[in-house]
Amino acid sequence: MEEQRKKIEVVNTTKIFGKHSKRAAQLLNEGKSKGEILKSTGATVGVKNASFDVYDGEIFVIMGLSGSGKSTLVRMLNRLIDPTMGSIRIDGEDIVVMNKEQLRGIRRKKIGMVFQNFALFPHKTILENTEYGLEIQGIAKAERQEKARESLKLVGLAGYEEQYPSQLSGGMQQRVGLARALANGPDVLLMDEAFSALDPLIRKDMQDELLQLHHDMGKTIIFITHDLDEALRIGDRIALMKDGEIVQIGTPEEILMSPSNEYVERFVEDVDLSKVLTAGHIMKKADMVQIDRGARVALRLMKRQGISSIYVVDKGNRLIGAVTAQDALDATDSGKTLEDVLIRDVPTITPDTVLTDLFDTVSTTTIPVAVVNEQNHLQGIIIRGALIGALAGDGQFINSSPVESVVAEEVEVVNHG
Amino acid sequence: MDNLLPRLPFADWIDTGVDWLVTHFGSVFDGISAFLKGIVEGSVDLMDMVPSIVLAILFALLAWFISTRRIAIFTLVGLLFIDYLGYWYSMLQMLSLVITSVVIALVIGIPLGILGSQQPTVKKIINPILDLMQTMPAFVYLLPAIFFFNIGVVPGVVASVIFSMPPTIRLTMLGIEQVPKDLIEATEAFGSTTWQRLTKVQIPLAKPTIMAGVNQSIMLSLSMVVIASMVGAPGLGEEVYRAVTQLKTGVGFETGLSIVIVAIILDRITQHAGKKKQGGTIR
Repeated sequence: MEEQRKKIEVVNTTKIFGKHSKRAAQLLNEGKSKGEILKSTGATVGVKNASFDVYDGEIFVIMGLSGSGKSTLVRMLNRLIDPTMGSIRIDGEDIVVMNKEQLRGIRRKKIGMVFQNFALFPHKTILENTEYGLEIQGIAKAERQEKARESLKLVGLAGYEEQYPSQLSGGMQQRVGLARALANGPDVLLMDEAFSALDPLIRKDMQDELLQLHHDMGKTIIFITHDLDEALRIGDRIALMKDGEIVQIGTPEEILMSPSNEYVERFVEDVDLSKVLTAGHIMKKADMVQIDRGARVALRLMKRQGISSIYVVDKGNRLIGAVTAQDALDATDSGKTLEDVLIRDVPTITPDTVLTDLFDTVSTTTIPVAVVNEQNHLQGIIIRGALIGALAGDGQFINSSPVESVVAEEVEVVNHG
Repeated sequence: MDNLLPRLPFADWIDTGVDWLVTHFGSVFDGISAFLKGIVEGSVDLMDMVPSIVLAILFALLAWFISTRRIAIFTLVGLLFIDYLGYWYSMLQMLSLVITSVVIALVIGIPLGILGSQQPTVKKIINPILDLMQTMPAFVYLLPAIFFFNIGVVPGVVASVIFSMPPTIRLTMLGIEQVPKDLIEATEAFGSTTWQRLTKVQIPLAKPTIMAGVNQSIMLSLSMVVIASMVGAPGLGEEVYRAVTQLKTGVGFETGLSIVIVAIILDRITQHAGKKKQGGTIR
């Protein structure tokens, strides 16, 4: 993965609630546990020594059960809650040391927030709600209304401007919440359990739309959730929290396949891997042969690799079909070309297909399923054993880095060898 | 058995304090007194310049504008009924006293309520004072009011203000504090100043509750008119007081009923003023 710019850097940030937070902080530094601190000082440790970076343009999910400190953590990022210790840098600027005026500037321009229960102003229309952030910046009415309308259009709510929040369904209300946050044009979106109050079908739609918006606009999104499926679905990276501490940070695959401790392991054991892992995760290097190399080369290659079929590509490495070892043998015996024995009707899928959508294709074909990109370039193949192994949670079947397709040059090496 | 401690001369302290205030700030009190008297009597004269039927129609139109047609009709009929009984001028005097005291109570009470909702310290100081204002028998502070402002309508206004202000302060604080926490968070998250948060979100949302407080203040102020008449405030209260002391049952009922009619009109109009605004309610 290429080196990305750090948008937010959180360093050793701690939040202690209660009167004796200084004393509690001292105890915390001495390595006392949350329970011991509560007992001796009456202070509650909300977040303990959280450190993480969020890269520009990624969706960073903070996930944990209720009481794990995730809501406290996200509120420290725009200082709705002041950290007790630590530093939080956004674009290199430490917001912890900012005064009220500077902080207001950051909140107005850089960070938007979406709330679990929408937090729309019930006495304002949808349009007035959406333009709120611009209104308090003193932007002229015509300009802010135009921006608010654009923002509403973006979330698919054009035409609802004059309605009141109570007239809208939950899903639509949260779209308004999203539009309101986007209207300011912030770089960073904080979403606190934004979809948790919605019913499952609407929630899935909203997740899809958020991903689409993220794809189109490239905002940095920090998304809080208690729902692991949601975290795995939308997160580029996930931070898992427990009792105020971050227990693991990683990509969805890393969290699933190599849990850092028993807690994470227990957390992820019920995950339906078939809905999380994609063809790209389990595909193997594809052996292929260019069509003009002929049947003999194809056969040799298959023998060498110990496989019973091979994919055939054209000069531009675009997939045109497959050939089985038996057919290739028949072709060499009877002097036919590779083209004569080519099976053109081969099943193909794209790398982002989730495993659950693969079963049907994999079960009805005799040769490995080809994974191709939009240009019909062969990316890899799906082998039945890998599919089952991955579903069983066996990490060795999951790719940690992108698979390089094997090109024709290698065929020549084999040929000469 | 003798008391171990000598009797506490608390009463003497209060007397001395009142005397001191009267001697040193007499002119200030005179000024306030003249000002309040001018307002109350001026507004009575102003209203009396208009024929009663015209004023009754104007009030009815106001009621229609603020609330419903039904209440407008009741206003017209009720006021004409009072006029027909012969208490029109007394009614104007009472109305003037009530409106003046309520306006003063609101001008002081609403800002105090807002301040109390923002500053826990202010709230801690205000609350026991409010308890005192509401439970201390009204006659007790009528006495010093006479010393400060002489006999007449002014001590009546002062007593009404003291008695009727607490609900406005309390309900203003309550209304603002009841605005859901996530809405406050939302205003903060978008970078609102305290003033913007108050004026754009908290006060508009607290409006129905604040209006309930205003309504209560008006009702309490009306309930003070008979007591105020004992220190010389003119109006329907004075008529009731006279009827009671002279054992005139019939006149007592006439005047009492007139006060009730005015009370119902003011109550219904202010109740509607709180509800009417379009839009959602607090979840």
